[in-house]
Amino acid sequence: MRLALRSERPAWLLASAAFVVLVVVNGLLQPGFFGGSVVQSNLTTFLPLVLVAIGQTYVVLGGDIDLSVGAIAALVNVVTVTTMAAVGDGPAAIAAGFAAGLGSALVCGLVNGLLIGRLRLQPMVTTFGTAIIFSAVALWILPQAGLEVPEAYWSTYGGIILGVPTVLVILALAVAFVVFLARRPFQSWLMAVGGNRSGAFQSGLGLDRIRISAFVLSAAFAGIAALCLTGETATGDPLLGQSLGMGSISAVALGGTLLSGGVGGAIGSIFGGLLLGMIGNVIFFAGLPYEYQTLVQGLIVLAALAGGVVVARR
Amino acid sequence: MTDLSKALVPAQPATARLFGLLREPLVLAIIAIVVMLGLGELLSPGFARGDQIVRLLTVAALLGIAAAGQNLVILAGGEGIDLSIGALISFGAVVAGNVMNGADAAILPAILAATAVTFLLGLVNGIGVTVIRIPPLVMTLGMMAVIQGGLVVFSQGIPSGNAAPALMHFINQPALFGLPGILFAWAALIVVMVFMLRRTAFGFAIYAVGANEKAARLFGLPVGLIRMLVFGLSGALAGLTGVLVIGYTGNSFISVGDQYMLPSIIAVVIGGTSLAGGSGGYVGTVAGAIALVLLQSILTTLHLEFWGRQFIFGGTLLLLLMLYGRQRAPRV
Repeated sequence: MRLALRSERPAWLLASAAFVVLVVVNGLLQPGFFGGSVVQSNLTTFLPLVLVAIGQTYVVLGGDIDLSVGAIAALVNVVTVTTMAAVGDGPAAIAAGFAAGLGSALVCGLVNGLLIGRLRLQPMVTTFGTAIIFSAVALWILPQAGLEVPEAYWSTYGGIILGVPTVLVILALAVAFVVFLARRPFQSWLMAVGGNRSGAFQSGLGLDRIRISAFVLSAAFAGIAALCLTGETATGDPLLGQSLGMGSISAVALGGTLLSGGVGGAIGSIFGGLLLGMIGNVIFFAGLPYEYQTLVQGLIVLAALAGGVVVARR
Repeated sequence: MTDLSKALVPAQPATARLFGLLREPLVLAIIAIVVMLGLGELLSPGFARGDQIVRLLTVAALLGIAAAGQNLVILAGGEGIDLSIGALISFGAVVAGNVMNGADAAILPAILAATAVTFLLGLVNGIGVTVIRIPPLVMTLGMMAVIQGGLVVFSQGIPSGNAAPALMHFINQPALFGLPGILFAWAALIVVMVFMLRRTAFGFAIYAVGANEKAARLFGLPVGLIRMLVFGLSGALAGLTGVLVIGYTGNSFISVGDQYMLPSIIAVVIGGTSLAGGSGGYVGTVAGAIALVLLQSILTTLHLEFWGRQFIFGGTLLLLLMLYGRQRAPRV
């Protein structure tokens, strides 16, 4: 009963309220917070986690979890960078790198999805296992950080398209995709699978395909996040993105999606991801010593979660 | 309940029973242990020598004691999982190291201090999960960040505290029959855990709550209290592991426990305890911990590059899951 009541209220309401509070706090603390260049640099920092959190949401909605997103991001990064270095310089290299990188992300997602959706392995331990394998492959392809990407790649990513910062364009496209998918039957199927698996099966939904699609989506978003990170760092790093797994799960939970599946949405996760980034910002600009960052960040996340649950129960 | 379901299944031919046995996680884990020991001996003669096995068991004991708490949390169900175990082990090690500071006389106070503090932190996990109803995964993840952050603030990045000589002797030197004291301590814990889970009201309550929370509540069991206690015990066992880890390594650094977090979950799962709660037990986890340590040890002796070791480790994990970690198919 509570489940039904809670889904009446948009899951992202709390996260967006906290988001507004943090925007105000940030505006007071960080000089020029609302200025174009600061928005762009902040967004560049927050965007990868936001993208991964969007993908993670679909897996969580379906009642599963994906711990391998960080490893997928690392693999996509080294595949992309290595391909670009092999092809050469210019647009052809960038296109080949993107295709190879995103292709490997889709393969990773398909592996996760088949193991969990088709073979019915336990999602958390399975994606932990596949994460070890994906990281191993990344280390095999590129044993240590290095290589460069074409200049056109990172200068476009860090630059402006038609007067709008590229990172903002990517965020807008991601939001458009989320809104589009929220209106498709796929998302309701996913929520049915996550909320009541045997009920969804009895009403004739193809559980395998729906769960596999969610894992492929999650991997695809991890891949896009990796391309963004690569645009920012302009180099290959087999150990990239290790905090993305746990970070994206926190963002999803902060955004009001139930980790047990069935209730929530990706809009909340976008706010959740931005929220996590801005908490880090506040700690930095409030002048707290570096050592306190993990402690304060952990306390704030727990407080936000506890507050969210308590308020949702009223 | 298991007896009843067995009684309802018609008698099977011997071959079918044999194959059924092969699907038992405990049997499979033991077979895996024997095969890996043989394989290790084949690859590098001396691998299965007595003192080598004792060394492996010592490492497995540290993991096994940490996994005991994880096992209780997972058994009690409700998506129960404790991701803060690694941080709690580090915390226990730092507390114990600072209380002991190399003095044999301070070992007992160190154990008491470390387990008491980690028990309370585990209890906070339990309160967050049961009273405030934060999902265990997120609650313990947050706790992990808070403890790790607290350790950084406390230590300022400098290792502090060291183990008493008697404690190091207890873990690294033979005490009786050529076996170090820690193995006897682990054996005692195994007996206590099995007795508690199989013969006490608390043990039955853990299974009942894990198998069917609603039924347990209707039956009148204090579901919230049981879950809280289970998280508290998980904390205390992690703290105890921390004390032993500092005895194993000699001094403490603030990330010493991180490496135990995910293996503690894997040991429980390959030992046959269902992540959904309510079924499984500690003996399987013990076999799981030994198998896991053995696998890592074999991969080290293979002189493979790091990525090759990781690849095989991940692949073996998935293979074990495919053999018996499959979830039930939905039914009409």
